[in-house]
Amino acid sequence: MTHDVIVLGAGPAGANAALAAAEAGLKVVLFEQQPAAGGQVWRAPLPGLRMPSSPEKDSGDALRARLAASAVEIRFGRTVWSVGQHFRVDAVGPGGNEHAEAPRLIAATGAHERVVPFPGWTLPGVIGLAAATVLLKSHGALPGTRVVVAGCGPLLAVVAAGILKAGGTVAAIADLAGPGDWLKALPALASQPRLLMRGAAWALKIGGARIPVHFRHGVRAADGGEAIEQVRLAPVDAAGGFSAGPEITLAADALCVGHGLVPGAEIPRLFRTAQTFDRRRGGFIPRLDACGRTSLNGLYACGDGVGIRGALVAEAAGRLAGLASAHDAGALSADAFAAAAGQARARIAQARAFSDAMAEMMALRPAQVAAIPPETVVCRCEDVTRADIEAAHADGARDLNQLKQFTRCGMGPCQGRFCGDVAGELLAAKVGSREAVGAFTARPPLRPVPLADLMGAFDYADIPIPAPAPL
Amino acid sequence: MIHDLAVIGGGVHGSTVALFAARGGMKVTLIERGPLCREASGVNAGTLTLQMTRVALIPYALRAHAMWASAREWLGHDVGVVVCDGLSLAFTEQEEELLSFRAGKRREAGAPISLVSGAEARRIEPGVSDTVRLAGYCKVDGFANAYLTGLAFRRALIDAGVALQENTPASGIVREDGGFAVQTSNGVVRARRIVLAGGVWIEPMLAWLGIALPIKTLINQLVVTERVRPVMRTVVGIANGLLSLKQYPHGTVVIGGGWQGIGDRERGGVELLPDRVIGNVRLACHAIPDLKAARVARAWAGLEAETADALPAAGPIPGIPDAYVCGSVHSGYTSGPYIARLLAERILGHETDLPLFPIDRLLGTATPSEARHD
Repeated sequence: MTHDVIVLGAGPAGANAALAAAEAGLKVVLFEQQPAAGGQVWRAPLPGLRMPSSPEKDSGDALRARLAASAVEIRFGRTVWSVGQHFRVDAVGPGGNEHAEAPRLIAATGAHERVVPFPGWTLPGVIGLAAATVLLKSHGALPGTRVVVAGCGPLLAVVAAGILKAGGTVAAIADLAGPGDWLKALPALASQPRLLMRGAAWALKIGGARIPVHFRHGVRAADGGEAIEQVRLAPVDAAGGFSAGPEITLAADALCVGHGLVPGAEIPRLFRTAQTFDRRRGGFIPRLDACGRTSLNGLYACGDGVGIRGALVAEAAGRLAGLASAHDAGALSADAFAAAAGQARARIAQARAFSDAMAEMMALRPAQVAAIPPETVVCRCEDVTRADIEAAHADGARDLNQLKQFTRCGMGPCQGRFCGDVAGELLAAKVGSREAVGAFTARPPLRPVPLADLMGAFDYADIPIPAPAPL
Repeated sequence: MIHDLAVIGGGVHGSTVALFAARGGMKVTLIERGPLCREASGVNAGTLTLQMTRVALIPYALRAHAMWASAREWLGHDVGVVVCDGLSLAFTEQEEELLSFRAGKRREAGAPISLVSGAEARRIEPGVSDTVRLAGYCKVDGFANAYLTGLAFRRALIDAGVALQENTPASGIVREDGGFAVQTSNGVVRARRIVLAGGVWIEPMLAWLGIALPIKTLINQLVVTERVRPVMRTVVGIANGLLSLKQYPHGTVVIGGGWQGIGDRERGGVELLPDRVIGNVRLACHAIPDLKAARVARAWAGLEAETADALPAAGPIPGIPDAYVCGSVHSGYTSGPYIARLLAERILGHETDLPLFPIDRLLGTATPSEARHD
């Protein structure tokens, strides 16, 4: 064993887990794919890029400073490709393949973006809302010169305000929710005054720029030849399906669109830990105890990867998982653990109303999936359409993995991270439930990894070729 | 109702027996605990090569290769079969010796394998490394899209009138007058004859009938790349059989060869060993250097069944009339359809062109052969 605990992911959850475990005296190693900590929400600007201050950047800078001052061994720029039993983690990084071993593993791998497909969603110029935040926060780049921002949840305001702040033009915002939905969420949002103020600042920015906001509108289609040229919006009902009413056509060279987030629970799934389907939390999530322990001894999980709850909860849940790992390792007494865990749980309880309201806004709306036209591509890696998925059902496919074998849906570079939720919903509409349809089996590598990086330099004579098969 | 035949296990063996028995006029049911062909038959590397086939199975594999190549005719549905040249490479003097010996034995058994120089190998396969010293060259080679096997057989079995019972685990068999009662999650299924075609699960299935036949479970690691530009046009292996490599028409490259991961019959393929993934990948890139530019999309482990002598368990079950077993065929995806068809012909009362592999020879053996790759 090289360490006491391995933490995967340096967002608010993973970084706090690593800090809590290290403060308790554990030898901690933290793997992160990006060049800096912060996750998506507190994403750091690329090295050498100066970005104006913002509350998100400040929170990220504070976390990065705490990590830098801690005893946590941080390995940035590592792509973790294999996570094995008794916890061996293999990653490729600047020095080739490397691995770490520890009796405990904390998975804090965040969430994936969900885009419910519509005609034209694969055109160049159409990007996800979360992808747009990466452009804005890390690269200081605009998604286009005239941008439509569409979808649901708080990222709409984050992206629209971010584009304005960076000097860009927002043609319009289309929100699946109506003003009534936001009003209903207001008491919950008011439970976090700092975040409510942040939202109000975004709203003011958007209002001050007189950006048209089309509530209860979704994207009917993105049109264009080589790239997006215009966006057509249409009214939707509360369930997300299109309703009667005029379309709005907007010229645009970029569309930032997102329909919530899906927990990236591949690591617990890889170990086949118990899971449940929770629509509000974004999909299939691992079953955890109150401290982030999965059903597998030594494996902990926290953050948006175990259900969409946002950064506030992620920080506290990460700390809780880190404390639990330290307690389980015998580095933290029962009393000290109870006291520290109590504080973290109190913070989660305080954040609950806010995080539930936001998660509700971002949950998948079934009628929106039902409205996908038959010829629209659902799996963009492998060009599998809704009609292909339904034909596979007619051919006997009853679960997601069988659908994959019949159609190649989910077999491409993203391994179903992007299409799995919507494909599951389409198949579930025929089969009966998401539980029956299940999730794509998780397999290594967790992210695509170049063969050249994996194998490094070698001599043929050194390859440990096993003994010949029988003749 | 009572079926003429109940087949337990819906992989390539069970499905083929069921298909030909039904086409021969029998009323057949096929019982499978999951969906069809989702274990070894759906997740193997799809290689249809003679250069990794056991010498004793070459006559069967040749006929099976012809079946795969004409799957559209007899199966009626596409399994993405590509027939192409195959090369087995030797990079060292030692491997040249091994290759010459092994290719010779297979040639004696009927495989049309010739030995060619490294330069000739590069003419046949421009993608191959210039460090190749000698190669076994065989025009009877190719591959299928293993993941399409279940869909193709499902359509064919339904067309043939087989009563498919997918997602229906069987839990026991009772002999009774006039046949067998199979306990399933869906109730009792009665049949005059039974075929046990459960792959690595043949061992527990035979135990239902009081027969002890040890079956070893191999855990074969596999890697597939993203779609890449064409880097090769043949099936490529190495002298000792620990590499299988080919590029599918859609651009992905599947890297296999039987490097062992962690798993067992109860849990399936649990985990890949990273050092062995790296070893397998190094070997692949040593053979086809341009492969380096690709990225790994996915890696997994599939099960393979092996008897004590690594030859098939395919024939009547001794002492139990009308009960048969079919499986544990080395490189079973390649040879399986032919061997399973032979068994169907036997059950239909026909003479078979080649002999089956009755399990009498294996009964009484204490344990399966030790792990050979470890």
